[in-house]
Amino acid sequence: MSIDTDTARRVAKLARIKVEEDALPALAQEFSNILTFIEQLNEVDVEGVDPMTSVTPQRLKRRDDVVTDGDQPEAVLKNAPDAREGFFAVPKVVE
Amino acid sequence: MTDLTKLTIADARDKLRAKEFTAAELTDAFVGAIDAADELNAFVHKTPEIAAEQAKAADARIAGGDAPDLCGIPLGIKDLFCTKGVNSQAASAILDGFKPEYESTITNQLFDNGAVMLGKLNMDEFAMGSSNETSVYGDVVNPWKVDDRNLTPGGSSGGSAAAVAADLCMGATGTDTGGSIRQPAAFTGITGIKPTYGRCSRWGVVAFASSLDQAGPMTKDVRDAAIMLEAMCGHDPKDSTSAELAVPNFEAALTGDIKGKKIGLPKEYRMDGMPTEIEKLWADGANMLRDAGADVVDISLPHTKYALPAYYVIAPAEASSNLARYDGVRFGHRATLDAGDGINEMYEKTRAEGFGAEVQRRVMVGTYVLSAGFYDAYYNRARRVRALIKKDFDDVFATGVDAILTPATPSAAFGLGEMKEADPVQMYLNDVFTVTVNLAGLPGISVPAGLDAQGLPLGLQLIGRPWEEGELLNTAYVLEQAAGFVAKPAKWW
Repeated sequence: MSIDTDTARRVAKLARIKVEEDALPALAQEFSNILTFIEQLNEVDVEGVDPMTSVTPQRLKRRDDVVTDGDQPEAVLKNAPDAREGFFAVPKVVE
Repeated sequence: MTDLTKLTIADARDKLRAKEFTAAELTDAFVGAIDAADELNAFVHKTPEIAAEQAKAADARIAGGDAPDLCGIPLGIKDLFCTKGVNSQAASAILDGFKPEYESTITNQLFDNGAVMLGKLNMDEFAMGSSNETSVYGDVVNPWKVDDRNLTPGGSSGGSAAAVAADLCMGATGTDTGGSIRQPAAFTGITGIKPTYGRCSRWGVVAFASSLDQAGPMTKDVRDAAIMLEAMCGHDPKDSTSAELAVPNFEAALTGDIKGKKIGLPKEYRMDGMPTEIEKLWADGANMLRDAGADVVDISLPHTKYALPAYYVIAPAEASSNLARYDGVRFGHRATLDAGDGINEMYEKTRAEGFGAEVQRRVMVGTYVLSAGFYDAYYNRARRVRALIKKDFDDVFATGVDAILTPATPSAAFGLGEMKEADPVQMYLNDVFTVTVNLAGLPGISVPAGLDAQGLPLGLQLIGRPWEEGELLNTAYVLEQAAGFVAKPAKWW
């Protein structure tokens, strides 16, 4: 499949990665090449085959819905680029 | 005194217990070797103070007669593992300065066993790459050299491979999502095993593609791999995919007896244009196992051809989801914002600055294949093909095959920069023999088996039944003994 610059722009937006306008055509070309490679999968007969959900037969374990950890705001905020008064700080979200 | 850095883990363990030298002396020897090897760019965060403290504690344990196998053994840790208070950046600018407040389960287990951490090892950014050229720290250089070119150590665990091959540590942790332990092990003439999915806890290991990621050891030989793997395995309630199975004594499984074992040679791995050297290595390996009493048979894994394309849907899809957490809010890098920039500009600029080109590419491909209208056509189709690839292996094992022998890589190590202009898909082909194993969740090991005409190491891969790492290691041990690979890179750094 061939990807155009509009699609590349939309994907970059969805992925929340800023891509400059002049870089979009090359990116679109790379996507096209990768998708062409991926499209070999269309040759495979997958009729009646369920998509794999787990590579080992085990079922995901469940645990009681109780608090097992917490009460360490300093450790949680330690690596934040901007932490203030016990919170993560971000640019204004609502006007 | 002999050069302590040349010892295997097994030798060092025995000599430490016999008090021939101390863990402190052993550690000092490696700290010195690391400082003299900056040209290889393998160690990116050295931790000599931590190593000295851990060595001291190990000596006390040895003196007290309580010394597990890894007590006092100096190791390198891939930068993908979170280590408390020590930079853990997955070789990415987006985790610049990140020092976890917690310890990964695997490093915790290694330290409980008395292991000594020499530092953090270079890798491809977020483990995405096959040549260690996508790292924010710069390329790792393979200690093997045959002309004036600098060669790749492979990737993504390139720092781990180079460090073990150059005797900068006795063993190293690696991780393997599509071949990232086995391919660099093959390129550097060392041993690397990826255990069955679920054997090693993923907790505290920076996630790339969660349904494929597994950690494993990279060591100088098979015995060391058995010793180190045992310490890394085990059930962890903090990883919901961790298997609740007892961990066997893997070293005890190395009997050297494989009489009557059935070894399969998959015909689909005989690729067009395969170098004759690789073909010969593979045939030689089959003969070695046959001479040891194994029954070598031809098998078919019909969906092999579709493993790489399936991988390049599933891995980017999972990566795009896992890497959504790097948003400039909780850890790592945040872009400097312009007046009026809102939260979306913060995300977009932070991720553009923080992720390298290959990571951006995979995150966007993953976003695309998961987006509305394409989810079924790409992602679900790839997961259905993955089920067929796993069934290929199930069918072969059901006929009584115990292990499968294949080449580890389609070539020996290539020059750094040689693939720069190539299409990304060309680089992906490095994992053609290894990626099936991740898709099927199986254990796989790469064993050095010979040199090519230039004098560079080549590896063979053995693939085992699920949870049968002990038997797999034993078959690898037989191959290792028969191949008698002892070559080491000549020191030039």
